[in-house]
Amino acid sequence: MLYREAGQFKTSYAADQALLPILQDRIGLLVILVLTFVLIPMFASEFFIGTIMIPFLVFALAAIGLNILTGYAGQLSLGTGAFMGVGAYSCYKLTTLFPDINIILLILSSGIFSALIGVFFGLPSLRIKGLYLAITTLAAQFFLEWCFIRIAWLYNYNDSGAIEVPQRTLFDVAITGASASATTRYLVVAVLVAVLTLVAANVLRGRIGRSWMMIRDMDIAAELIGIRPLYAKLSAFAFSSYYCGVAGALMVFLWLGSAEVEVFDINHSFLILFMVIIGGMGSLAGCFMGAAFIWVLPIIIREIPSVIGLDMLAATTQHINNIIIGVLIIFFLIVEPHGLARLWQIAKEKLRTWPFPYAST
Amino acid sequence: MELLHSIFFVPFIEMVAYPDFFIQVVWEGFVAGVLYSLIALGFVLIYKASGVFNFAQGIMVVFAALALVSLHEMGVPAWLAVVLSLGIMAVLAIGVERLVLRKLVNQHEAILLMATIGLTLVLKGTGELIFGGEPKPMITEELGLPTGSTDWEVFDGIVIFQHIDIAAAVIALLMVIALGVFFSKTRIGRALRAVADDHQAALSVGISLNQIWAIVWFASGIVALVTGIMWGARSEVSFALEIIALKALAVLILGGFTSIPGAIVGGLMIGIGEKLFEIYWGTLFGSGVEAWFAYVLALIFLLFRPQGLFGERIIERV
Amino acid sequence: MTTQAEMMSIEGRNDMPADTEPYAQPAVRTEELLSVEHVSLSFGGVKAVTDISFNIMKGEVRAIIGPNGAGKTSMLNVINGFYHPQEGVINFKGKPRRRMKPYEAAASGIARTFQNVALFKGMSTLDNVMSGRSLKMHRGFFWQILHVGPARAEEIRHRRRVEEIIDFLEIAHIRKQSVGKLPYGLQKRVELGRAMAMEPELLLLDEPMAGMNLEEKEDMSRFIIDLNTEFGTTIALIEHDMGVVMDLADRVVVLDYGKKIADGTPQEVQANQNVIDAYLGVAH
Repeated sequence: MLYREAGQFKTSYAADQALLPILQDRIGLLVILVLTFVLIPMFASEFFIGTIMIPFLVFALAAIGLNILTGYAGQLSLGTGAFMGVGAYSCYKLTTLFPDINIILLILSSGIFSALIGVFFGLPSLRIKGLYLAITTLAAQFFLEWCFIRIAWLYNYNDSGAIEVPQRTLFDVAITGASASATTRYLVVAVLVAVLTLVAANVLRGRIGRSWMMIRDMDIAAELIGIRPLYAKLSAFAFSSYYCGVAGALMVFLWLGSAEVEVFDINHSFLILFMVIIGGMGSLAGCFMGAAFIWVLPIIIREIPSVIGLDMLAATTQHINNIIIGVLIIFFLIVEPHGLARLWQIAKEKLRTWPFPYAST
Repeated sequence: MELLHSIFFVPFIEMVAYPDFFIQVVWEGFVAGVLYSLIALGFVLIYKASGVFNFAQGIMVVFAALALVSLHEMGVPAWLAVVLSLGIMAVLAIGVERLVLRKLVNQHEAILLMATIGLTLVLKGTGELIFGGEPKPMITEELGLPTGSTDWEVFDGIVIFQHIDIAAAVIALLMVIALGVFFSKTRIGRALRAVADDHQAALSVGISLNQIWAIVWFASGIVALVTGIMWGARSEVSFALEIIALKALAVLILGGFTSIPGAIVGGLMIGIGEKLFEIYWGTLFGSGVEAWFAYVLALIFLLFRPQGLFGERIIERV
Repeated sequence: MTTQAEMMSIEGRNDMPADTEPYAQPAVRTEELLSVEHVSLSFGGVKAVTDISFNIMKGEVRAIIGPNGAGKTSMLNVINGFYHPQEGVINFKGKPRRRMKPYEAAASGIARTFQNVALFKGMSTLDNVMSGRSLKMHRGFFWQILHVGPARAEEIRHRRRVEEIIDFLEIAHIRKQSVGKLPYGLQKRVELGRAMAMEPELLLLDEPMAGMNLEEKEDMSRFIIDLNTEFGTTIALIEHDMGVVMDLADRVVVLDYGKKIADGTPQEVQANQNVIDAYLGVAH
């Protein structure tokens, strides 16, 4: 009853094709935006913002990147961590070389390097599909990881091999580096993520996004229609890697403040993949849900024992975390392969008729 | 010019100049290759019979080995520990079949792959919880495996062969022969091949898919245990092995996903190739090329021969 | 251009039972759209088609028939660019093509449907038909990002056209539904819609009536005829139902064991002894 479309007639194709055609969805988005940009900065603790919200947004962005490639274009990728790394190291070099240019501009530009490398490693996708392609992304992952260690120029020949983020400002307010407050950083990340999500949504509902979905569903049929697999696949790699690169730059510059190579290793690639699977492949909202889920779950698991009064080691919670996520992945794949996003959609469908148990839509 | 020289001439000169070292390197590579092959073998078994790519194969190796070692730590005699470990793998196989495979019967292969990724996580977490996360030594002597080494004096130098490595090669060979015979001569083996070809057709001649899958996963579990023992005997048993197991993917590319001899050939190629590359060309790149050589080699292969050396050519019909 | 007599015979098609008297002879079509010349195709050692030659005139409905395994789908795949023949040439619109890629075929005006429906199962009916417009959409990447101005106008323009096709095929009631859930008959219609959205010059239909009941077949036949007469699309179709072939086709080519055994109007072919033997399974 709450979620009825009745009475909302679309009188133009433009209205029908809008991102959120239903009024209730628009209200929902407004609520989320108010929550994100007004309520949280005002009322949440610095700790919450810094260790929960910022990583959540960063991972959600990376998940969007991976989802575009794997969920929308159907090209399984296990190299997400490395592409994030390319973005992070590019940003670091860019700001080292051009310290006066606005860091946000540099962050957005660093994605381009990721995109280029993504296209390079995506070239095999023209001849290779499915699992085999995943293996080439593994090649990318391990090779790039090795590069991050070997090519000392990337981390300015620093002895430790790690990168330290220098302070950068925006309108005279520190947004990176030790003196930047969590709230400031959070707002920057939130704005960037919001804008990039909008862009992704636009591309996905247009010609290019459709070509990706066609390649995913049946690439033979897509060729029939006249889609050139080359452009479709490589554009998916480019776009996806751009997002992952920007996410990587954000991760290092606006969240961690420093980074070592381990931050971009294969375990992180899997982490983002889990977010995409659980959140829902082929769904933008799912990226956020999956990121929230995977990021917040360990925290909840950590807290529960102390709430009940049990003593548990940090390592143990990590293991239990793994088990739960593994079981959930299997569970979701069995019950609802399209993840949380689809479950949410089904819930909304039920809302259309609630409180009446039966009604046809 | 200098560069070309060091790529195309220097390594070969070195190989010839120190032949005993060369043989040692090849042998080390061979041994690593045997172990990669064993892991790949586990993959091939499951893929051949159920079309599922079992991402959890690596963690199964670790899990099996840890089970064995932990049981022994608790005081169980070696032979019994082996039997019990096999039992654990059997229970695991049946559990996976019943709880995971059965529910995902007609799904797309990508979904099954991701389910095995989920399985990997579960096994990893459970393994760490039950067995603890620190590396443990393998109970080599208790199992009756040879220790010590033999020196072979040749070419004015020495090549050292560890007995355990020789044992590993022999055992791997025996296993491959046994599996080969099993697949081609026995009734169950035939049923496995039928299932690999066409689930529905196999069902219609009365083959029980569930039984077959459980059997195959158990067989894979046996291979995993053997691999774990052999690997653990060389270094320790730890969760680091899981990442190394990813290299088996590269092996499968070279050898083909459905071929047992392919897994062997592919494993040896990667093992030897990796070592040679690292030792003789590694200085050009700096160290650590072993981390990615296998995958890049696989990538090159994929571009020219996607089905691997022995795999079946995929013809897409519309 | 169709003559008056022909118009009458076409309009009367649906009313006339298959086995009654003569139809008006189809007008002589003068322009050749596609010709297949001495095409041979084999897979490994298996010969799919051997030395086949026939042509399709612009504006006609050409049926390709034959027992199962005769090589009909392979023939379509060759025309479409999926398979490349070992010998022979395809001429389309006067230009010879031999190693064409499917998207090149699409770009030059050939569209096709499949025996096993090749729809994008994850997308809705509307999106599937819209996907047929892909070749006609040109707005670049930058506009796509913003989805304003030219990109949006282009989407709307194509949407209008797609809705016309959806109306024509009477699938408006399911346009937002995911095609994976639709019954087989409707899926085939959506696939036809997608092919129509490409506004092709030559439409290849692979057993468009397979698995349909009588009513669905009549609907589909009506669509095909309308496509041919209203939109002027040249159609080549593979079909097993002889009644449909007799009703729809201007000319028929018959394949058996990969070879052409007859070529002519439906009545000619129906009376041909070789054809009768092939269908009855007489050894030869």
